[in-house]
Amino acid sequence: MNRVDLTPAAADILSQLKAEHGPLMFHQSGGCCDGSSPMCFAKGDFIVGESDVLLGQIDGCDFWMSEDQFEYWKHTHLTIDVTPGRGASFSLEIPLGVRFLIRSRLFEMAEYEQLPPVQTGPLAAQ
Amino acid sequence: METLELVETHVSRPKFRSHYDNYIGGKWVPPVGGEYFDNQSPVDGSLIAKMPRSKAADVDLAVDAAQKAFETWGKTSATERSKILLQIADVIEKNLEFLARVETVENGKALRETMAADLPLCVDHFRYFAGVIRAEEGSATELNADTLSLIIKEPVGVVGQIIPWNFPLLMATWKLAPALAAGCCVVIKPAEQTPTSIAVLFELLEGIVPAGVVNIVHGFGPEAGKPLAQHKRVNKVAFTGETTTGRLIMQYASENLVPVTMELGGKSPNIFMKSVADADDEFFDKCVEGAVMFALNQGEICTCPSRLLVHEDIYDKFMERVIARTKAIKLGHPLDPDTMMGAQASNDQYEKILSYIDIGKQEGAEVLTGGGPAHSVEGGYYIQPTIFKGHNKMRIFQEEIFGPVLSVTTFKTAEEAVSIANDTLYGLGAGFWSRDAHELYTIPRQIQAGRVWVNCYHDYPAHAPFGGYKKSGFGRENHLMMLNHYRQVKNLLISYSKNKLGFF
Repeated sequence: MNRVDLTPAAADILSQLKAEHGPLMFHQSGGCCDGSSPMCFAKGDFIVGESDVLLGQIDGCDFWMSEDQFEYWKHTHLTIDVTPGRGASFSLEIPLGVRFLIRSRLFEMAEYEQLPPVQTGPLAAQ
Repeated sequence: METLELVETHVSRPKFRSHYDNYIGGKWVPPVGGEYFDNQSPVDGSLIAKMPRSKAADVDLAVDAAQKAFETWGKTSATERSKILLQIADVIEKNLEFLARVETVENGKALRETMAADLPLCVDHFRYFAGVIRAEEGSATELNADTLSLIIKEPVGVVGQIIPWNFPLLMATWKLAPALAAGCCVVIKPAEQTPTSIAVLFELLEGIVPAGVVNIVHGFGPEAGKPLAQHKRVNKVAFTGETTTGRLIMQYASENLVPVTMELGGKSPNIFMKSVADADDEFFDKCVEGAVMFALNQGEICTCPSRLLVHEDIYDKFMERVIARTKAIKLGHPLDPDTMMGAQASNDQYEKILSYIDIGKQEGAEVLTGGGPAHSVEGGYYIQPTIFKGHNKMRIFQEEIFGPVLSVTTFKTAEEAVSIANDTLYGLGAGFWSRDAHELYTIPRQIQAGRVWVNCYHDYPAHAPFGGYKKSGFGRENHLMMLNHYRQVKNLLISYSKNKLGFF
């Protein structure tokens, strides 16, 4: 059971981006304008800290979120999808004319109980 | 057979050029790489113009131009800078209706709002900063009989400004006016969803702003925004946007040890106390409108009052009116002067809002009105104004949806209202409504937000500082205190004594 998954369309975009930029990472944003969207960066470009939670890996990319934001998100399963659009922010897919977005569903109680604990801080990804 | 005749009630779409270029050193300069991208209108998906797809080399050119211009602009008198800011305001005022149409086509918001809010505020904010720098003074302190401390404010130099898409001209104004007033030169990166409005404005301003004082570089965030935020010769970065990019920009600024200001959004509570329903009068009507303010600018405002907190005793009476008023919002073509709510700014924004409406339903929130897409104009991105009833731990109460989606909950006591209001990661705006004179002061003081509107909402006058607590950022715009975010303090410590200290 994963906390984060990827649609096939998003996986295609992700592999295009990996071919161009090398290893990648995600950090889920909050706040205004293009917030509440997953941001995709070259691995290590965004420095994670002790206030970040590692939710898991998708196609080899770490998916991070702020610890306080995770408090409100932890009961939901996240699927990274992609849609045509012109998002702002520094996320790497934007020049392709597409934008990653999150689709969410509530975990079933049985699923929720099986989830491994998340780890916090930059060493979690080691 | 009858034929339906479509009556066009909207004003004409302005004529755009086929493409625009970067504005660097007072000239329109094509991007070094020669690439352009399509800027499409969210009104109907049509092409507005092609815009430059700039990269690091273009940002370098803009920073070169800004640095060169700073040699003279940084020394210009306040009189001269003030005069230029007033001229900018005059040009905007003279072209207000035209610029309003440009912004409506580009952003999707209703013409009513660009005409009555966005553009008049641009005019006023330039005039405000033109005014304050004429009245400002430095200071001189005599520290002892022959030592004088002079405090002189000096502009920081070249500033990078990254502008959001929700108010393409007003958000640029909020950043440009204080920076120019302070004597800085600017490299501005408009949002890639709404780059054309500011290009159109600077065509009108040609010959007014000296060459290189404002430079505009268009392009995508990772290709043009990032090199600007990371630039070694940029002395300060100002950003409005979301938390992850905010952190990234601070991280880049830490590499260069330069200051930043950030405005990062919110999840603003709008609190209605029991006394608002004591009478069914003008004030109660104002309160109903205050609750429906979530739909202003299609909800695409950092301070959108997206959490409605209503005293449980007045919930039925109040919400009946709020729902009726929300249902009366006229959706339609954004260029129709009667349209009250226009298009969301982009397709990805539209999809994101729908995904939040979906999670709201899954989490068990009750849809009181709306709850799906609207179809105002073929090819555009329209959503029904939507009200959910739920509780504050739900994701729709905690995350900024940036759309016309309101989440309502009830409270029993003032303490509970404050506790719900402050149970959020953000602290940008809040609304507080009451007829009780005591509450009107004491409760807003307990709300952790940089701006609390009391018995009003969504007013953004110049001379009232605006900025965030908590994860909503820092820095205070729209007020003379913003000048100091664009300036250094130079202290001249002068000795008039003829005698040596005696150490050596």
